[in-house]
Formats: sequence, C-alpha cells, structure tokens
Amino acid sequence: MGIAFPVPDQAIVARRDEIIAGLSRLVPADALVISDDERRAFETDALTAYRKMPLAVALPSTTEQVAAIMAYCHTNGVKVVARGAGTSLAGGAIGQEDAIILGLSKMSKVLDVNFADRTMQVQAGITNLAISDHVMPQQFFYAPDPSSQLACTIGGNIGMNSGGAHCLKYGVTTNNILGVRMVLVDGTIVDIGGEAMDAAGYDFLALIVGSEGQLGIVTEATVRILRLAEGARPVLFGFATSEEAGACVAAIIGAGIIPVAMEFMDKLAIEICEAYAKAGYPLDVEALLIIEVEGSDAEMDATLARIVEIAKQHGVATVRESKSAMETAAIWKGRKSAFGATGRIADYICMDGTIPTGQLPLVLRRMDEITKHYGLRVANVFHAGDGNLHPLILYNVNDPEEAHKAEEAGNDILKLCVEVGGCLTGEHGVGIEKRDLMRFQFNEADLAQQMRVRSVFDRQWLLNPAKVFPLDGRTAG
Amino acid sequence: MTALIPTCDDDIIEAIRLARSERASIAVEGQGTKREMGRPMQAKRVLSMRGMSGITLYEPAELVLSAQAGTPVAEVEATLAARGQMLPFEPMDYRPLLGSTGEPTMGGLTAANLSGPRRIMAGACRDSLIGTRFINGRGEAVKSGGRVMKNVTGLDLARTMAGSWGTLGVLTDVTFKLLPRPETTLSVVFHGLDDQQAVALMAAALGSPFEVSGAAHLPVGIDRIAMTLLRLEGFAASLAYRAERLRGLLAPFGRCDIIEQAASTSLWAQIRDVRWFCEPRSEAIWRISVPPSKAPAMLAQISAGRRIRHMLDWGGGLVWISTAPTDLAGSELIRQAVRQAKGHALLVRASEGARGTDGTFEPLAPAVLALSTGLKKSFDPDHVLNPGRMYSGV
Repeated sequence: MGIAFPVPDQAIVARRDEIIAGLSRLVPADALVISDDERRAFETDALTAYRKMPLAVALPSTTEQVAAIMAYCHTNGVKVVARGAGTSLAGGAIGQEDAIILGLSKMSKVLDVNFADRTMQVQAGITNLAISDHVMPQQFFYAPDPSSQLACTIGGNIGMNSGGAHCLKYGVTTNNILGVRMVLVDGTIVDIGGEAMDAAGYDFLALIVGSEGQLGIVTEATVRILRLAEGARPVLFGFATSEEAGACVAAIIGAGIIPVAMEFMDKLAIEICEAYAKAGYPLDVEALLIIEVEGSDAEMDATLARIVEIAKQHGVATVRESKSAMETAAIWKGRKSAFGATGRIADYICMDGTIPTGQLPLVLRRMDEITKHYGLRVANVFHAGDGNLHPLILYNVNDPEEAHKAEEAGNDILKLCVEVGGCLTGEHGVGIEKRDLMRFQFNEADLAQQMRVRSVFDRQWLLNPAKVFPLDGRTAG
Repeated sequence: MTALIPTCDDDIIEAIRLARSERASIAVEGQGTKREMGRPMQAKRVLSMRGMSGITLYEPAELVLSAQAGTPVAEVEATLAARGQMLPFEPMDYRPLLGSTGEPTMGGLTAANLSGPRRIMAGACRDSLIGTRFINGRGEAVKSGGRVMKNVTGLDLARTMAGSWGTLGVLTDVTFKLLPRPETTLSVVFHGLDDQQAVALMAAALGSPFEVSGAAHLPVGIDRIAMTLLRLEGFAASLAYRAERLRGLLAPFGRCDIIEQAASTSLWAQIRDVRWFCEPRSEAIWRISVPPSKAPAMLAQISAGRRIRHMLDWGGGLVWISTAPTDLAGSELIRQAVRQAKGHALLVRASEGARGTDGTFEPLAPAVLALSTGLKKSFDPDHVLNPGRMYSGV
C-alpha cells in the first residue's frame, strides 16, 4: 500500500522497558497495555489496511493522569498518539513503533448538565450517542451525528471536527463545542472557552477542533445541547437522472427551505442498501434523495407539500412520504447502513471530499470515468445539502494490485474535488490517508502557516506526528 | 499617520515589507468604524482596505458568498436581500455606540467576529465563516478553508481569523455561508419581569422546540416597564402556531402580546445595535459574555457597587452595561463579577487613556496568554500588524 510512515526513532524503541517503567509510576497498573496480544487491539483504526504496533498504550482515567503522562513523554521525547474509540476512517488514530497511544476510553463520564443554559460537560471518552442518550428523557440532544455515533467519542469528534447527516441545519462539531479542558504537550492543563457562547481572546477552539490530536489532549468538553424538534419526517424521492436530483436540491434551497437533512444515493448504493435493509427503496431509478424536515405535524405537512411540489417540477419519478415512525426508521436504516451494507459485498475505501453542490452532475460523471479507468466500481452516498461526498470504492483487500488501484482512484477523485472548488475532506479528517494530497489543496505558504501554528503548541512535533502534513518539507518554527 | 490604500495583494505585501524593514507597525482597518475599540496603538501607518472591494462569488443555490475584505457590509446585505437571502448571524453595527462614521466592511466584521441577536440560533460570525484569504505579517498570501460548507482539511486558520482584530493577518477575502431570509417575523413580548424572571423565561423559550431566533430583555430604565422579547421567524402559518404554543408554555410568566413584523424588525435592529446606550457619550460601555443563568447574580453584584444601566440579549448570555466612565477600581469591580460568573468582558467604549491603562479585552490565564503570544508570533513575527490592539505583546 502506498502511504509511508516515518522511520521509528530506534533510541526510543530501545528504551521501551524504561519508558514503560516510567509510565507505570504515573498511572495504575490496569491503565497500561503492554503485552503484544493486548497492544494488537490498538494497531489500527477504521483504516484497517494500515497497522503499526505502538510502543505501549496508556488508558488514564483522570485529567491529572493525562497531564502526568504528557509531562513524562515531553521530558523523555516520546511521541503520543491520542485515541478515542479508534473509528477514524482516515487513519488518524494509527500509532507508530516509537509512540505511545493515549486512549481516553476510560474517561467517559457526564460531569454536568445545565438545561437552563443548554450546555453539558462531558469527559472526552464518552461516545457521541451517549451524550444524546443522557439528555433524551428531557427531549434534548447533541446535534452532530456521524454514522459511527454509537462507537465514536466526543474527543475523536473534536479531533476530526466530525459532521453527520443532520449538520445542514445544526452545523458540525466546531459549531457545537463551547469549551474544552486540554492537556498541552508539556503537561500543562488549560481551559479554552467555557460555558459562555463565545470565548475571550483568540478563537483557539477553532484551531483545536479539527486539529487531529496535534495541539494537545482534550480531556473534557462543554458541548451545546438542543431541544428536539416536535417531530421529524423524511420523504424519499427517486429520479431518473442525478442531474434532476441535483437540480431539485438547488431548487429547494432556492425556495428558502433548509431541510434538516438532504441525502443522495446513486443506483449502486441504492441496490446495496436495499438488499441489506429492505427499506423499500425504488430500484428502477438512478438517484435517490432522502429529505427530512422538522416541526409540528402541520408544519411538516406544509413544508413537505412545498418540497414535493418542487420535486415534481424536477421530474421526480417516485415519491414516498413517511406515514409512520416505522417507515421513517426504515428509510433512514437504509442510508445509515450504507457503509456496513457495502462492507458485506466487498472491501471498500470511503472517500470524503466536498464539492460545490452545483458541480454534482459533473463530478458524478467524472468519478464514474475514474473508477472505470481503474476497472473498479463506486457506490455514492452524499450529503446533498452541503456537498459532502462519500464515494465508496469497491475492491478486494486480498488483491494488492486492486488495493493499489483503489487508492489511486480515491486520490484521483479527491483531486477532482479540489479542482472543482471543493476540498479533500469534509468530515473525516486528513489523518495519514490524505496527508500526501495536501499540496493539491494548499500551497507552501498555506501549509507553512498551518505548521507554524502547530509548532506553537508542540515545538518538537511529539503529538500525532505522522499525520495531516506531508512528511517532507515540514516547518518547525 | 500616513494612510495606505492598497488595491492588490502586492501593495499590502510591499507595505508589510517596508514596515518590517523600518521596524514600524501598521494599523489595519476597513473604513475605521471600530477604530476606537481595543487598546490604543502607536502605528506609523494606517492601511485601509477600502480599495479592495467587491463581491467575488455569489451562488444563491449553494448558499455561499465571497467578498473582498473592503466590501461594505451594506452592499453584501442588499445583494443578498435581492435574492431573498441573508448573512445568518445578523452582524451588529457599532457606529451608533461608537459615534463613528464610514461604512462597516466585510473584513472588519470578520476581524471583530460581529454577531447579533440571531446568534443563539444560527451561530456567530465565526460559525458561518467558511473561508479566508489574508496576508500574514511575513508578507505571505495564505488561504484557509474555501467555499464549501464542510471542510476539515488542515488546521482551521480561516475561523481563527474571526475575532483576531487584524493582529494575525490583513484579510483580503472572506467567504460565508448564507441562509434564506425568513418569509416573515414577529415577537412575543412579556411585561414587567425582573432579570431573574426574564432569564428563566428566555431559558424556557430557548429550551422549547419552537425555534426562537431572538431572546432579549430590556429592563426598567430602557422603557418605563420592562420588556422581555422572543422573536420568531419563518413561514406565516408556522409563526402563528409557534407563538400560540409559546404563549401556553410561558403562561406562568404572565400575559403576553404580539409585536407584528415591521415594529418587531425595527425593535430587533435597536437591540442588535444597543441603541439605548448611545447617549450619554461620556458613559463607558461593557459587553459581557456569560452563561445565561449566571447573568442575574452577576448584574446584582455589579449594580450593588455601581450605578449602571443594562440590557440582555442571547437569552441572557450577552449583557450590555452602560456606566459612568470607568476608573481602575470600577473596572476591577466589573471584571471580578464577570470572572465569578465564568464570563468575560470587553470594554467597548472608553477614553483612550482608560483603554490604554486598564486594557479592554478580558485578561487571559497565563498559559492561554503564552499560547496567544506564540500564535501572534507564528503569523506576525515582527509585530507589524495591529500590535497590542488586543493584549500587550500580542
């Protein structure tokens, strides 16, 4: 496979026993994972084609333990890779032989809920869904909802600035975090932001959210919680062409309607999801849109009527309004199981570029050409409202040549996204996966400024060092 | 002071090169409408971005607009209004409070991270900001973010520029996501509540499913009877329904009235720009950001030691205070109450002397100040751009 890792620092690898002894003085014995068998569980994340055995794994249970570990590693020049649940599709949590993995999974408590101010304080290792579940009895929720929300942690969401299907209305992670407690590389504990709606001084939260574990270790977060809408209801549209589906999306927005979600699936994705979820998706169409609105029954009726009217003007072939909670669940089950269902029929790599939505027909056509050129197939699911694409490139992981072609096809697709005015990654992060493509989106001055900012927090580049920035041409200060 | 009016990147780069060689600094501005905010600077030259103006991209179907930094906000708002769209965050206009003239620009709005009442629902300026281009203090053109809604490629320098007050780079282009303009609007108004009751009412409203897009409290002193206002926006039928449901939900707070579209719109513009505190000009103005539920106790603490006028926006999360010109002791009283409430304060209007000696931005914890100094250096190593505007040494 094509992605390189830096050569491990043999001086650190040779000191493994000493480093483990040092760490074991700082945390309880059950907070260290040392044996080969147990460490293997931390070799990779959701980018499973790549594996690196970490030097050791530390699983602290307090911010103070994290601070002690960081101070030790800083003094001893040991690299640190932060990890939540290890669900990164970009390889953001894959370690290296000369680095420890710092896992936050034991820090999963809710610390405080404040319904009056609509805020909640949680530890970084809590899962995304557990936050919403905690306040669901009071009809509140935490808005960003990545597909992996059952497993992924808020710490990981902050690292990657994760999105989800409903961010068209509610925004992504960066729009829903008010503050963090973070341990800096030298073990200093800092509070950035807080419970107020904005923060004093520079907007460090903007830098920290999406920094992929390079600026510090977030141990706690204050998140914004929202009251659930009275109801939510999707409508499902089938179109004979993806152009019509794209035009319909543009027309809905043009009419002043912002649905809570607008999801697109192409023919192959429809077939795969329908075979798995039996959601009743139409199989005789080229493109499918799932559009969800919120409000009272009367409000949803009125908004859906307008949306259906617009779809009819754009030649919609199939219209199915959900009439029950069961039907709603079935419609979403198909879409939300897209990755899992695809995994049943083939291995795949999931891309994550974003494009200006007006470029959709062109990009779909070009993606088809690209994957055909490599003799591969691609299934497309797509957050249509915000232009975030998820092409799933199907291949056989046991065929090295095909695996290589899949990576090449993925790279070509991401370059295409940048060419039409978009970006390499909309919500999954750069990780190792897109690291070497950064120069297609940024020039040297852009990257150098980002790297100088990174160095402000971590002068020696000890934190998640093999990620985000191309390995060559790194700027320290 | 010499005024420079660049018309292209190279003019800015040349100005920065010159300043670095002379070890002089540059005051960066649009048309200078917020010149009197922040710590006073001793800049050798003023660089006005008024010469780099114009909307460079507008795709209504994609809800995105890019403009050069010197573009007047009014020009952008008029262009959007013609297509039934708007900037989501309802930027406030500081001119009435500061008594300044000129046109606020898109670059200035971004550098000050200006948001208005809709911030509680649609987020702040920084939340809608999806891309920036700027010249850093090394004289390099840098871009971050872009024109698409979701973008996590690399560190988010774009959003970091919001609220950096021109200390990190000279913004040349900004890109925002947009929202459709609501079909209509109205306000539900309650009368005679004190701060505590008003904040409780606003919390109940904002914690309801009825999509309140503005929640403000104008206590006695602004009018003869206190008014607590909830704004609704959207389609007419939906508004009538939501107003009715709010009336029921909030019945324990007393009877409410409806303020219809035109009157409501003009009232919220006054709230946005804090119109009631423009006069007397001698008074100092504080802008305080605080967890809403802590606002009443904080205000009680401040008003116990000092005569103030105040008003609340953002459901109590934004507190405006007008008070006699601050001395050091007065400032410390306010800053201490704000700290206890876990908030932060910006001294918006004060004499140059007071802004110089007391500082205007919330003092930072040592570790955060160290990061701020480091961040400044990483963008502007020779402290050429607006040095000291936010903090000494930043």
